[in-house]
Amino acid sequence: MTKQEKATGERKRKWNWRIWSGFLLAVAAVPGYFLFFVRFPITRNVPWASWLMFAGAGWLLWVGVRRAFASRQVYRGRIAGPILAVLSLGAAGLFGYATLYASRQLPVAAGAPRVGDKAPEFVLADTSGKMVALSTLLSEPMPGMEGGKPRGVLLVFYRGYW
Amino acid sequence: MSELERRGVWPVAISVDSPEESAALCKKAGYTYTFLSDPNAELIRHYYLLHRGAGVDGKDIARPAEFLVDATGVVRWRNLTEDLRVRATPDDVLKGAQLLP
Repeated sequence: MTKQEKATGERKRKWNWRIWSGFLLAVAAVPGYFLFFVRFPITRNVPWASWLMFAGAGWLLWVGVRRAFASRQVYRGRIAGPILAVLSLGAAGLFGYATLYASRQLPVAAGAPRVGDKAPEFVLADTSGKMVALSTLLSEPMPGMEGGKPRGVLLVFYRGYW
Repeated sequence: MSELERRGVWPVAISVDSPEESAALCKKAGYTYTFLSDPNAELIRHYYLLHRGAGVDGKDIARPAEFLVDATGVVRWRNLTEDLRVRATPDDVLKGAQLLP
């Protein structure tokens, strides 16, 4: 090796901040959605904000990995870059699976009461254990109201909070 | 929810949670409307809303659905979401409430 080559080889290469920030952005996108963006219908129903984060992460990783290989004397990251890129792709894949597939695995409910059908009667226990019938809910005044019976009841079937 | 009540609509939440579990939820969240317990998912089945094995430990639970029932017991509006993440907004329900006679 010439003195020049040796000097270049020993010069400290720059930290490849892009691959690391891209990776962190991709990883942050997942809890970012489930802890923050879910609170607003506009970013929950179609998680465009989260996909933007993944796109930004992808861009940073792409530029970072390219530099690691094209300017290998200037930048580090030829090993970390591809690994972080694959992990980030994994995070995006997981997110896509959760929001595009898993959350849609709902049974069709083809036989559920339609508009115009009579809602099937029921008698179920409320939080105090008292048995309550649908007909009672429709005919008795609502708690806290001035005594009029309700114009309607909204039956909200939910998964439960076990 | 109080806007709904102001329009004469009473919310009734139904799930497989026990009365105790629902009571704890109401206490924590400050809900005042009716919570009913369908522990064996019998009514859920009757309404064709069963989601087999989707609960913790493979418990049968309800898939999400809302029905606005008028004073005569007839369904006037319903919402059967195709995606767990997409829920009817209070505005959606209020628009449905306009369909009540």
